[in-house]
Amino acid sequence: MKFSKDSLVIDAAKVTEDLCQTILRQIRVTLKKGGAVIGVSGGIDSSVTAALCARALGPDKALGIMMPEKDSSGESKILAELLARKFGFETIVEKITGGLEGMGCYPRRDEAMRQIFPEYDPARHKSKITIPTNILEKETFNFFTLVIEDDKGQTKSKRMPLSAYLQVVAASNLKQRLRMATLYYHAEKRNWAVVGTGNKDEHDQGFFVKYGDGGADLKPIAHLFKIQVFQLAEYLGVPKEIIGRTPTTDTYSADVTQEEFFFGLDFYRMDMLWFALENKVPSAEAAKVLNLTVEQVERGYANIERKIKATEYLRMAPLEIK
Amino acid sequence: MATVEQSTIKPKIRNFIIETFLIGEDKSNLADSDSFMQKEIIDSTGVLELATFVESEFGITIEDNEMAPDNLDSIDNLANFISRKIT
Repeated sequence: MKFSKDSLVIDAAKVTEDLCQTILRQIRVTLKKGGAVIGVSGGIDSSVTAALCARALGPDKALGIMMPEKDSSGESKILAELLARKFGFETIVEKITGGLEGMGCYPRRDEAMRQIFPEYDPARHKSKITIPTNILEKETFNFFTLVIEDDKGQTKSKRMPLSAYLQVVAASNLKQRLRMATLYYHAEKRNWAVVGTGNKDEHDQGFFVKYGDGGADLKPIAHLFKIQVFQLAEYLGVPKEIIGRTPTTDTYSADVTQEEFFFGLDFYRMDMLWFALENKVPSAEAAKVLNLTVEQVERGYANIERKIKATEYLRMAPLEIK
Repeated sequence: MATVEQSTIKPKIRNFIIETFLIGEDKSNLADSDSFMQKEIIDSTGVLELATFVESEFGITIEDNEMAPDNLDSIDNLANFISRKIT
């Protein structure tokens, strides 16, 4: 195949038409449900998914649920409301801070963070987890670093020992799992389906929480690269404020991009490298098109392959004995 | 030629790798030069576990810029790295 800078350009009108037909068939025929419940965050993936559902089923058969908690950005709710007004679907706000407090989410997370920074105080510090973002420049492992920022803007960072990392992630994942439970409440109450909003980058590289945001009845954009989701957003008329927003995790109190937290690479180069890898494009050819060295391409290929392999269990159904 | 330190270090690392990451797998295939990443022995959480073990077992600190395959990705690389840090 010929690999070029346009290899991931899609016919957005045709893809939209096909996706709408698929969503309609899956929800009404396969699942025998009446409508779609979507968790909307003001991010581009949930916005495109909600817009597609409203288009496929009619705006009165799509429901957006906003689920802010105390670490959420205030901008998320404003953008989600903007989206709902544009596409005409109803929204409900479910504040989940109380539920998370009941589950011990915050003190469990903070206890683990204090293993690394004893002075950490959530009232005074913002926090985030990052990984190296120079993955094309040198061979590196995807280790995790905790960053805290005090109210004077002073930051400290330290590599996380395994036990602290696992506890922070386990506690933070309660957020996505409570959101999933909330979505299913609203779906079951109406006999509707829960629609997942993850794209291919998130789904295949494991950037989701099993039985959290990964818990859904259908995942209509899980086969689309992030840069293709942007193309659909433009075509569908998703508000510019949402398209222009830097994709974040909206999980930690300090601003953290998805590149810093998980992917380690900008979306354009990652998606193009991944497409080249999937289509067995020789490293030298990919390097030429992407203006990279062969070594950089091979590091990119290896990093993507490692993440897919390491997160296979997230995509597995429960193992059964038959 | 391996230093005295390396001959002590390597069995400790090998034992840790086998006990932690190769449960239920064939242990005879692990050569000192095998890449942990290429053999899919450790992932990103495994790296943290390995780094924590090395720091506590050998009393060294691994800086972020040392978290690289050249230092950590095989028994040989680890033994060289640890021996340099100790001396």
